[in-house]
Amino acid sequence: MEVQLENLTKYFGKVLAVDNLNLEIKDGEFVALLGPSGCGKTTTLLMVAGIYKPTKGYVKFNGQAVNHLLPKDRDIGMVFQSYALYPHMTVYENLTFPLKLKKVPAEEMRRKAQRIADMLGIGELMDRKPGQLSGGQQQRVALGRALIKEPKLLLFDEPLSNLDARLRLAMRGEIKRLQMSLGITSIYVTHDQVEAMTMADRIAVLNKGQLQAYAPPEELYDRPRTLFVAGFIGNPPMNLFEMELYQEDDHYKLRHPDLSLAIPDSRKPRRQPSGRRVIVGLRPEDISIGPEGEIESEIYMVEPLGRDDIITCKIGEIKVQTVVDSRLGYRIGDKVRISFNMEKVQLYDPQTELSLLWA
Amino acid sequence: MLIRRIKTAIPYALLTVITAPIIVSYGWLFMSSFAKRTEGLKPYGFTLSNWRFLWEPLPNMPSIWRITANTLAFALVVTILEVGIAAATGYALSRLHFPGRRGFLSLTLILHAFPSVTLLIAIFYILRLLHLYDTLLGVILVKASLELPLGTWIMKGFFDNVSWDIEMAALIDGCSRFRTWWQVIIPNIRPGIAALSIFAFLSGWSEFLLPYIFLTSFNNWTLSVLIKRLIGDFRFVDYGLLTAVGLFYIIPVLFFFIFTQEYLLNIYTGGVKG
Repeated sequence: MEVQLENLTKYFGKVLAVDNLNLEIKDGEFVALLGPSGCGKTTTLLMVAGIYKPTKGYVKFNGQAVNHLLPKDRDIGMVFQSYALYPHMTVYENLTFPLKLKKVPAEEMRRKAQRIADMLGIGELMDRKPGQLSGGQQQRVALGRALIKEPKLLLFDEPLSNLDARLRLAMRGEIKRLQMSLGITSIYVTHDQVEAMTMADRIAVLNKGQLQAYAPPEELYDRPRTLFVAGFIGNPPMNLFEMELYQEDDHYKLRHPDLSLAIPDSRKPRRQPSGRRVIVGLRPEDISIGPEGEIESEIYMVEPLGRDDIITCKIGEIKVQTVVDSRLGYRIGDKVRISFNMEKVQLYDPQTELSLLWA
Repeated sequence: MLIRRIKTAIPYALLTVITAPIIVSYGWLFMSSFAKRTEGLKPYGFTLSNWRFLWEPLPNMPSIWRITANTLAFALVVTILEVGIAAATGYALSRLHFPGRRGFLSLTLILHAFPSVTLLIAIFYILRLLHLYDTLLGVILVKASLELPLGTWIMKGFFDNVSWDIEMAALIDGCSRFRTWWQVIIPNIRPGIAALSIFAFLSGWSEFLLPYIFLTSFNNWTLSVLIKRLIGDFRFVDYGLLTAVGLFYIIPVLFFFIFTQEYLLNIYTGGVKG
C-alpha cells in the first residue's frame, strides 16, 4: 500500500506537534521516522494509525484520503514500545484477538496463530500470560499480533527501545528480514539512528515537527541537506565549526585565526551564504592523524571504545573528533599533525541552517 | 533474648488492650443472644428463644425474611447502579477530553465532601414529586446518587492506571471504542470493580438514615430500620432479641468481608490521580 502525507499538521491546544509534513511512501517500502524525543514522529505515526485526527492536511492510502476512517477500518498493524499486550489474555488470545474481531472461523484462527507463532519462535508460549514472558518474548508476541491479520501497513513505535542491547541487535535483523519477505509497507518510528540506518529504505528526519530530510540512508549520511541532519546522523557526530568563506582567484577558501582551508572544486558552494561566515562540517573518518598532516594540533581527549579510540584534537580554539585504531596509543597532550579530507567537506549557512552544497 | 521477647510483646500487649473493648462487645453480643438474661456483661442460662424471629413473625412486625430480602435488594441494586455508572463516568473522565471535564472533576469531590444529611428535606420533596416516597426504588436511587461521586473518583483512578498503548492497540486491532472499554479496559480493572462493588454493597447493607426516613411502611423496612424499631417501639427493650437480630444483621457482612478483604484493600492501593 502506498501512503501519502499531505500538509499534515497537528496542534495539541496551542502546541504545534507536527508542522505541515509532506511525505510519500512507496508500496513495500520500509521508512523510518527519525528524530529526537518530542520531534513529532510518534504523533505522525498515530495520525497515520487514525488514533489522532490531523488538525490540517491529509493522510492518504493509495491516493484515497482516510482522515475519516477509524483505526479498525484502516487495515494496519502496530507494534508499540511498551508491547501493549493485553495482560488478561494468554499469548494465544492476544495473537488471535484481531482475528476474533474479524469473526474468522476458529479452525482458521488456530492455523494462522500456529503459523505466526512458529515463524516468530513463540509456539511453546501459547498458554502463558504476558506477565510471564521476557521482554523479547513479549515483543515477538506483539509483532505476531500485528502481523496475524496480514495488514497492508505496519506501524512500529520504537519497538526495540525497551529491550537490552544484545536482544535489540537480534530483533533488528529479524524485523527487517520479516518485513522484506512479507513485503508489507512499514513505518518505523525511532530515535536511534543506527536502527534507522540499518533497517530503513528511506529515512525521514524530523525536528520540532518539521521534516528535515527524506532520503535513503547513504544519501542522508553523505549529503545532509540541513545542519540538523548533519549533526544528528552519524556517531560520533560530524565535526561542525564556524569559519569565514572567501573567494580568491576563482577558488573558494576558508579562514579562521587558527586555521586556513582550501575548498576543492568538487565541493564548490552552489549558492552564496547569507553572511561571510559558514559552518564547516567534516565527519570523524575524514580527519586523519599522521606525520604527513599539514595541521598542527594537540590531543585534548581520548575515549577508548576497545577496537578504536575517539580522539578529540584541539586546533587553537577549534576542537575536532576523529576515530583511530586504539593500538596507536595516543595520549592526552600529545602534539600531532592532522589532515582534513576536503573532498568530503560540508558547508552550511548559519542563518538558514541549510547546506550550501545540496539544499 | 528475653529483652527482645519483651520488646516484641509490647506492641501486641498494647494492641490487645486497645481492641479488648471491641472484642468483648462482640463476644457479649454473641453470648447474650443465646442467654435467658444478662446482668451487666454476664449472661445467664441458654435459650434459642431470642432467635424465634427466624421462624415466627414478631408482633406488629413484618417477617424477618421480607426485611432481609429488602436489605439485600437495596444493597445489591445500589451496588450495580453505582459500579455501572461509576465505571462509565470514570472512564470518560480518565480518557476523553470534553468541555467542563476539570469542573466536573472538582464538582465530584465537592459533592463527595457535602454532608448528605443537609439534603434530606430537599430529597423528601423530590421523592414526593416523583411518587417515589416510601418506595425501595426511591431510596435506592438516593443512596446510589450520594455514593456516586466517590465511586466515580475511585474508578477514574483505576482507569488512569491502564496504559494508553493497550487501548490504542485494541482500536487498531479492530475494536470499536465501546468494545475496547468492555473487552480490554474493564478486564484490566477487575480488582478495582471488585473493590468498589464490595465497598458499595457494605455501605448499602449498613445504610440506616435513608431507609429510616424515607421508608415508612412496614413492608419496606430494611434490617437497620428493624433494629431501630426494636429499641424504640418496646416499652421494655428485649435485649436478647435485639442482640440476636443484631448478630443476624452482621453475619453476612462478616462472611462477605472475610472472603473479600483482599480486594477491598485495593481501593487504597489503586490510587487516584488528577
